[in-house]
Amino acid sequence: MVGFVNAGFKRSLTIQARVIGALLMREILTRFGRHNIGFMWVFVEPMLFTLGVAGLWTLLRLGHEHHIDIVSFALTGYSSVLLWRNAVNRCNLAIAPNLSLMYHRNVRVIDIFLARLVLEIAGATISLVVLSLFFISIGWMSAPADVLTMVFAWLMLVWFSVGLGLVIGSISERSEVVDRVWHTITYLMFPLSGAVFMIDWLPRALQEVLLWVPMVHGVEMLRHGYYGERVTAHYNLAYFSSVNLVLLLVGLSLARQTQLRVEPE
Amino acid sequence: MISIENVSKVYGTRHGPRQVLHDVNLTIHRGEKIGILGRNGAGKSTLIRLISGAELPTSGHVRRTMSVSWPLAFTGGFQGSLTGLDNLRFICRVYGTPIEPSIPFVEAFSELGSYLREPVKKYSSGMRARLAFALSMAIDFDCYLIDEVVAVGDSRFHEKCHTQLFEERKDKAMIIVSHNPAYIKEHCDRAAVLGNGTLQLFDRIDEALECYQSQS
Repeated sequence: MVGFVNAGFKRSLTIQARVIGALLMREILTRFGRHNIGFMWVFVEPMLFTLGVAGLWTLLRLGHEHHIDIVSFALTGYSSVLLWRNAVNRCNLAIAPNLSLMYHRNVRVIDIFLARLVLEIAGATISLVVLSLFFISIGWMSAPADVLTMVFAWLMLVWFSVGLGLVIGSISERSEVVDRVWHTITYLMFPLSGAVFMIDWLPRALQEVLLWVPMVHGVEMLRHGYYGERVTAHYNLAYFSSVNLVLLLVGLSLARQTQLRVEPE
Repeated sequence: MISIENVSKVYGTRHGPRQVLHDVNLTIHRGEKIGILGRNGAGKSTLIRLISGAELPTSGHVRRTMSVSWPLAFTGGFQGSLTGLDNLRFICRVYGTPIEPSIPFVEAFSELGSYLREPVKKYSSGMRARLAFALSMAIDFDCYLIDEVVAVGDSRFHEKCHTQLFEERKDKAMIIVSHNPAYIKEHCDRAAVLGNGTLQLFDRIDEALECYQSQS
């Protein structure tokens, strides 16, 4: 009996991997097309933005009093925003353009979300790695103090993005309000997400409020990994992982609910 | 074998829940051809979608121990911004069939020429129908679900589809839904009538046809 269940599970995994692979190719084709620079936009867009922000901050001479170089600060901050923002944006209203593909039994709501999440997470990760290597090699950034902590922080942010993506993606199928409100939230969260400050620089009262924002913990940890003991980072892994776990469980259950409601064209 | 056990389906509408299927039971064995007759809006397409697994029943179970196609209806099943060829690749990947050997068949059968490399949204409805049918014939299934085949296509294309389905695949199981009694009589071994959300199964086709005629 155990063997049988196991075989069924393995087979299901194979099918799901096949479906997600097919959806990935489909997303890459419609998203980046076969013309222009295609897939390279995944990291060209954040590269331009990071360069812009770094340039702006250099002109304004921000960050100098904190003994931190601007390029690395902008890169670690914006890459984190890019990760959760793009992952969630792509899950938002993801089902409608794929409804006709759901005629195929094995193409499920969760597969559509996962394919888009994989693509966005891969894009944001490539962008962070490529840009870091580039800036380090030309001497605009120093090498990170503790790569392992950075990887851990990045994985925590990935976990957060997957959970939030599943939640927003599922509820956006129920009401148009979600789409409109989500965009407003994204803009408001950008300055609050820890990308443009470090908690330690802020007054005590503000620190306490901002530490309720989950992604702040991820960004603080990422910077702790990059700058090492040059900065004082404030983050609570227990809090961040609890939020992530709740988001993931709620997201999975909402995706299951959406599967029951979905009616292929 | 496909077995449909106590399947019900309720859709949420603006006017509250609407029950489309009520406690439907049906078993299809390998190689069997079953016709399902029903008026417009009787729930034929819903039943076919539940059998294919594209939608899930509100209660009850659909069990499949053979491979089952998606509903062949000359539309649906592909994505408009992809080209015909990319849609073929997608479908081959989803069903785990090698891509390259399928291309010549789809090229020949769909007669789309260079349009196979254009986005599907640029196709005319006739071209879409040709692509849809060619794609569904590119994958080998044990059971084909056929939704109102008779409606579309010129007579020559209709003839080609007929040959592919009923001659090349005459040993396969088929479930055909239609409101056309003659079509069911020509192709099926058994038939059932769908009305008011319930399914009535008959051993002899003629009994099913009689029941269907008397409904109107």
